[in-house]
Amino acid sequence: MKSLFNYIKEVVYAFVSLAKGLLLTLRYFVTIRKVNITEEYPNNRTTTISVKERFYGEVVLPHDENNEHKCTACTLCQIACPNNSIQIISKQIETEDGKKKRVLDKWVYHLDSCTFCYQCIDACPQDAIEMKNSFELSVYDRTKLIYQLNRPGSKLKEKPTVKEQQS
Amino acid sequence: MENQPTTPSPTELRTEEFVVNIGPQHPATHGVLRIEATLDGETVKDILPHLGYIHRGIEKMTESMPYKQSIYLTSRMDYLSAHINNHACSLAIENALGIEVSARAKAIRIIMDELQRLTSHELWWGSCAMDIGAVTPFFLGFRDRERILEIFEANTGNRLTMNYIIPGGVMRDVLPSFVTDVKELLKKIKGYRHEYDQLITGNFIFQHRTQGVGYLSKEQAISLACSGPVARASGVSCDVRKHYPYDGYEKLDFNEVIDYGCDNWARYLVHMEEMNQSIHIIEQLLDNFPTGEYRTKIKGIIKLPEGEYYQRVETARGELGVYIVADGSNKPYRMKFRTPSFSNLGAVKPTTVGLKIADLMANMSTIDLVVPDIDR
Repeated sequence: MKSLFNYIKEVVYAFVSLAKGLLLTLRYFVTIRKVNITEEYPNNRTTTISVKERFYGEVVLPHDENNEHKCTACTLCQIACPNNSIQIISKQIETEDGKKKRVLDKWVYHLDSCTFCYQCIDACPQDAIEMKNSFELSVYDRTKLIYQLNRPGSKLKEKPTVKEQQS
Repeated sequence: MENQPTTPSPTELRTEEFVVNIGPQHPATHGVLRIEATLDGETVKDILPHLGYIHRGIEKMTESMPYKQSIYLTSRMDYLSAHINNHACSLAIENALGIEVSARAKAIRIIMDELQRLTSHELWWGSCAMDIGAVTPFFLGFRDRERILEIFEANTGNRLTMNYIIPGGVMRDVLPSFVTDVKELLKKIKGYRHEYDQLITGNFIFQHRTQGVGYLSKEQAISLACSGPVARASGVSCDVRKHYPYDGYEKLDFNEVIDYGCDNWARYLVHMEEMNQSIHIIEQLLDNFPTGEYRTKIKGIIKLPEGEYYQRVETARGELGVYIVADGSNKPYRMKFRTPSFSNLGAVKPTTVGLKIADLMANMSTIDLVVPDIDR
C-alpha cells in the first residue's frame, strides 16, 4: 500500500516538475517581444548593429590629410607577428642633403593568415598601426585578402624637431 | 531430416558483440573524437577512444616561436577557457623571470578567469541538457554566455581566442566602464539562475537520467588523474586555486565545491555550484577594484634563464599544467601542456561500461570534454 502511495507521489512530482519547466517556456513564448535578443543582420545593419570599438577586425595604417603615415619601416611588427602575416618592404632613398635613408615602400598585410592577436600593434614603437572594428571582410578569392596598407604616394610624417616644438 | 538446422528457441538465442564507431563527426562528442564502442545489444561492453583528428602540434609549434608569440596558441587548446590557458603560460614565464605583476593586473586577470569559467559552465549546462534530450537549455545557456562574451569583446577585442593575458600583466587596460558593466552583468546572471533550476535541476526526467548513472569512485578518479569538477564530484579535493593559489586567490573567500555522489548528478551539482562561487569571487574584486599600472614593462625579447619551470592553474575543466624547459635562448627548448580533458577522457570507460549506450552520451557530457584540449 505504501509503495503504491509512493508511486503515485512520484508520478505527481514528475508531472509538476515538467509543468514547471514548460511554464518557463510558456512565459518566454508570451513575452517573446520584450526579451527578443536576436538582431536582424543583413537588413538595417548600419543602424541597429553596434560593433564594439575595440573589436579586432583588421590592421590598418592610418593616413592623415596630407597622405602621410607614421611607419618608419623598422620591421618590429613583422618580427612580432607569429604567423608571418606582415611583410615590410623598404627602399633606400637619398634625401635632399645627400644622406641615404630607408623608407617604407610596401606594407603588405596578409589578412588570410592573420589571427588578430594584437602583437604587431603592441610591438609598434611609433603607434603607426591600429586595429579597426570592421567585420565584413569576406571575399570569394583568398588572393584578394592580401592588402597593401600604405596608400600610393604616401610618405613618412616628419616629426617636429626640438626647435619647432619650442617655438 | 537430421541435417536440417533447427531454429533456436528464444531462451537460447545467440547474440554477437557489435562494434559501433561514434564520431568523429557526431554532435554528442562536441568535436572530432571517435569512440569505438563494443555493444552487446544496447549494453556497452567496451570503449576505446581514438584521438588525433584535431592534432595541430601546438607543443612542437611553440619550440619555433619566441615566448611572447607562443602564448596566443594556448587559446586554441581549450577554447572555452582561453583566458585561463593564457594565464597559465604567462605565470610560468613570470615565475621564471621573477616579475611581480601589479595589483590591478592581478584583479583583471582573476575577473577574466572567473568570467571565462562562467561562460564555459553555461555552455556546458546547455550542451549537457541537449545531450540528454532537452533543447531549450541550449538556447538559454548561449543567451547568458553571450552577455559575458560582449564584455570580453568590448575589453579584449576578441570573443573566443583573446590573447589578452600576457607576461607582465594584460595586453590593454580595461575600459573605464568595466566595473559597472560587470556589476550589471552579474545582477542579470543572478536573475537568470532560478531559470536553470526551474528548467533542468528540478526536472524529473533529467534527474532519473543522471542520478546513479556514471559511477566514478574516488579511487578511480585519483588513479586516472582526473581533475576539476569530475574529480571533485567523486570527493577528491583538487582545486588548484585552493591548494596552490596564484595571483591573489589566497586572499579571496570562496569554497572548494566537493560532492561525494560520484555520479552524473553529483558532477552536475558541482558545476552549478561552481558558477555561484565564480560570481562570489568576482563580486569581492569589484568592490575595491585596484587602480594603477595594468602592465609591468618587460623587455621586447624575453629570454628565460636555463632551467625547468612548471606552473599549474585551474581551468574550467580541471588542472592545466605548463612545463617549460628553457635553454637560455628566446625560444623554449620544450613546452609541455598537461591538459585536463586528456586525463578526464580516461573516466569515460569506467563510468560507461555495463550501462546502456544512451548513458554514454550523458556521461560524456557531464565529464565535459573539449576535444582540441585532448589533442592539442
